[in-house]
Amino acid sequence: MEAAPAILQMKGIAKRYPGVVALDGVDLEVRRGEVHILLGENGAGKSTLMKILAGAVRRDAGTIALDGRECDLATPRAAQAAGVSIIYQEFNLVPHLTVAENIFLGREPRGQVPGLISAARLRTDAARLLRELEVTINPGAVVADLGVAEQQMVEVAKALSVEAKILVLDEPTSALSDKEIAQLFKVIRALRGRGVALIYISHRMEELFQIGDRVTVMRDGRYIATRDIPQTTLPELVSLMVGRDLTEHFPKKAVPPGEELLRVEHLSRTGALHDISLTLRRGEVVGLAGLMGSGRTELARAIFGADPVTAGRVTVKGREVKVGSPRQAIGLGLGLLTEDRKRQGLVLCLDIRANTCLASVDRFSAAGVVDGRRETAAAQKLTADLRVKTPGLHQRVVNLSGGNQQKVVLAKWLCCEADILIFDEPTRGIDVGSKVEIYQLINRLAAEGKAILMISSELPEILGMSDRILVMNRGRIAGEFTAAEATQEKILHCALGAHAA
Amino acid sequence: MKLPPVIARHARQFGTFAVFVVLCAVISVLTPHFFTVTNLLNVAQQTVINALIAVGLTYVIISGGIDLSVGSILAFAGVVMAHALRLGWPVPLAILAGVGVGAGCGLVNGLLISYGRLPPFIATLGMMSVARGGALLATDGRPVSGFGESFRWLATGEIAGVPVPVLIMVLVYAAAHLVLQRTKFGRYTYAIGGNEEASLLSGVPVRLYKTGIYVVGGGLAALGAVLLTARLNSAQPIAGINYELDAIAATVIGGTSLMGGQGSVIGTLIGALIMGVLRNGLNLLGVSSFIQQVVIGVVIIAAVLLDTFFKQSKR
Ligand SMILES: Nc1ncnc2c1ncn2[C@@H]1O[C@H](COP(=O)(O)OP(=O)(O)OP(=O)(O)O)[C@@H](O)[C@H]1O
Ligand SMILES: [Mg+2]
Repeated sequence: MEAAPAILQMKGIAKRYPGVVALDGVDLEVRRGEVHILLGENGAGKSTLMKILAGAVRRDAGTIALDGRECDLATPRAAQAAGVSIIYQEFNLVPHLTVAENIFLGREPRGQVPGLISAARLRTDAARLLRELEVTINPGAVVADLGVAEQQMVEVAKALSVEAKILVLDEPTSALSDKEIAQLFKVIRALRGRGVALIYISHRMEELFQIGDRVTVMRDGRYIATRDIPQTTLPELVSLMVGRDLTEHFPKKAVPPGEELLRVEHLSRTGALHDISLTLRRGEVVGLAGLMGSGRTELARAIFGADPVTAGRVTVKGREVKVGSPRQAIGLGLGLLTEDRKRQGLVLCLDIRANTCLASVDRFSAAGVVDGRRETAAAQKLTADLRVKTPGLHQRVVNLSGGNQQKVVLAKWLCCEADILIFDEPTRGIDVGSKVEIYQLINRLAAEGKAILMISSELPEILGMSDRILVMNRGRIAGEFTAAEATQEKILHCALGAHAA
Repeated sequence: MKLPPVIARHARQFGTFAVFVVLCAVISVLTPHFFTVTNLLNVAQQTVINALIAVGLTYVIISGGIDLSVGSILAFAGVVMAHALRLGWPVPLAILAGVGVGAGCGLVNGLLISYGRLPPFIATLGMMSVARGGALLATDGRPVSGFGESFRWLATGEIAGVPVPVLIMVLVYAAAHLVLQRTKFGRYTYAIGGNEEASLLSGVPVRLYKTGIYVVGGGLAALGAVLLTARLNSAQPIAGINYELDAIAATVIGGTSLMGGQGSVIGTLIGALIMGVLRNGLNLLGVSSFIQQVVIGVVIIAAVLLDTFFKQSKR
């Protein structure tokens, strides 16, 4: 295959923030009609590099050339006009507008009367885009009512609505399950066929080989190497990006289960959950699989008291309880790591310490006065354990990379020492190396006698880490498997609902 | 430019303080009457009321809310306390009654906002009118005047050469700063303003604390009423009109974000002092009150513009 000419050349890109060198002379060359993977650990600088390309962040040094011509790309508008379209890692949707309005924000189709927006065209155009993606999202739905996966698909539709020469996708699949990912890949291949250059960031390593043509690896803000995908291997890429070899991907250690900590019986919530029963024992890791919209997050929220239930019984540590609020749930020893870190997990404008200790302020205070030193000590230990990359505990969470933000949410729930932990997509946006560390952490938690309910859209993760696996389908538990009997096919079969078990 | 981390983290406060110092320097050069002990104490005295209201408002704004009713609450609390004094209640008891009325109005605000789910703007806009009406009804629209020496001491007295109101202001600010930085109440105030949903899901009793924040706001407005009444030796039912706007201005100049989640009490104090010094300086220079209005408006806008500008340049 003759190499296509480079449509994009970034050279010597540098960017520093107070206390952080985010990018230190990075080069990137992308060709027309290729899917170029950008690979690197959390905080390696991938998102920053892409934000510079999209005009959202100003670079300190370096040049950008499109089609061989140097461009400035000083503002998002300039970048858009130059044909760069981007799906950011963190969502940029306006929550109270509809799906259609969000997709065409700033580029609304004009109506017959000058100055007015054509509502009809807005809807039909949005519906057409969503149909291309084969998702069943109502273009008239308000974005705030959508789940993370659906929001992600809206972001994709939004990026596709402009004719882009270069399309950047920053972790578009971190919230999607296999069905949507397959759909997204179909769209990506079609775009590649049309000669669009795609830059793709993901921590799901298996995807790289499915969709990528070439890969550029970054580490600590520096350019490391570029490889043709067919000529490289997973171990090589991992060692390039982490700087060492990684042997085991799922270091599962089974712990003999202890007494029952949580029992849910016949839990229902009109329109979302139907007659759900499950148990969790000490030392157990129970995986909860299912498609987008199958009710996994709704179940987690209902158990945690964040949403009201219409029927059912919940028993915690042998006592029947009515969980009316998250506060009560936390008091009972529950913790819920939410799937949407920006909206529900973090107070972005506060620092790492405040976020880490937010759910345990009670534990760190006496007579209403917070003991800052104990907080600092606890936060210090957790951020070190989880290897959060930051210049200090006083860094505001908004300034962390996506994966490091996720680690802070995790730290929050470890800090409050809950013993029934519900993790909704715990490794969302976390790099391969750190994933293994988080799996080890989950093992350690189980060994300490905690019970863990792990929701995940990554089947290998569910299969690799669970003692038992529950599969949800349209608000019901459609099947249950032990670790030994479960396979990818069985779970998918169950989740797709061909034969409900 | 490399700054020590403490300064870098509080850059906004140091910036506001620098503006304050420059402002004082400029006015001192323009008029010799500014930098005298009597005048400076005078400025402090004039700043006290606004500063007290603004500190409560800072809490409210950090929590992501707004309180438009503080001026009216000040008037209402003032006349209730004045009546109590005229009825011969002991001074501490009368003050308690006044502050209680202020805190009570704040409680109603808080309940409407957290449990009634009203937007703070609407709830406190309503209270602004209700409390004003209450003050007018309670007095038939006439001022209540003439109190004993022991009450007036609150405005006229001095301890170690420092006027009592200034002392009270300093104490309140010290307490408010510690509460905001060191207590659960302060921590939750920031968290709620930064992300209410995440706070709720982290077990923060959001509604309880939100209510408490408005109680504090109302109570501090009433404390302002105590000092104002003592100074004027009279409680006016039409006192405090537009005070909420001055307090919002001081808070915003001090770097507190109207979006919630960010801000500081110290910044607000400097903001209030900037407004006080500006008014005083313009008066000393004989600038007409019409022009003063314009200047103060420009300063508020300039302060926020500078903020956005610095945030932009850090991109
Ligand atoms: N606005 C900012 N202020 C301070 N530091 C920042 C800011 N934005 C990014 N950084 C820092 O720059 C580094 C690179 O961040 P970036 O978001 O590019 O990482 P990433 O490779 O996308 O990581 P992830 O895989 O976790 O998303 C990180 O250490 C991050 O903390
Ligand atoms: Mg990133």
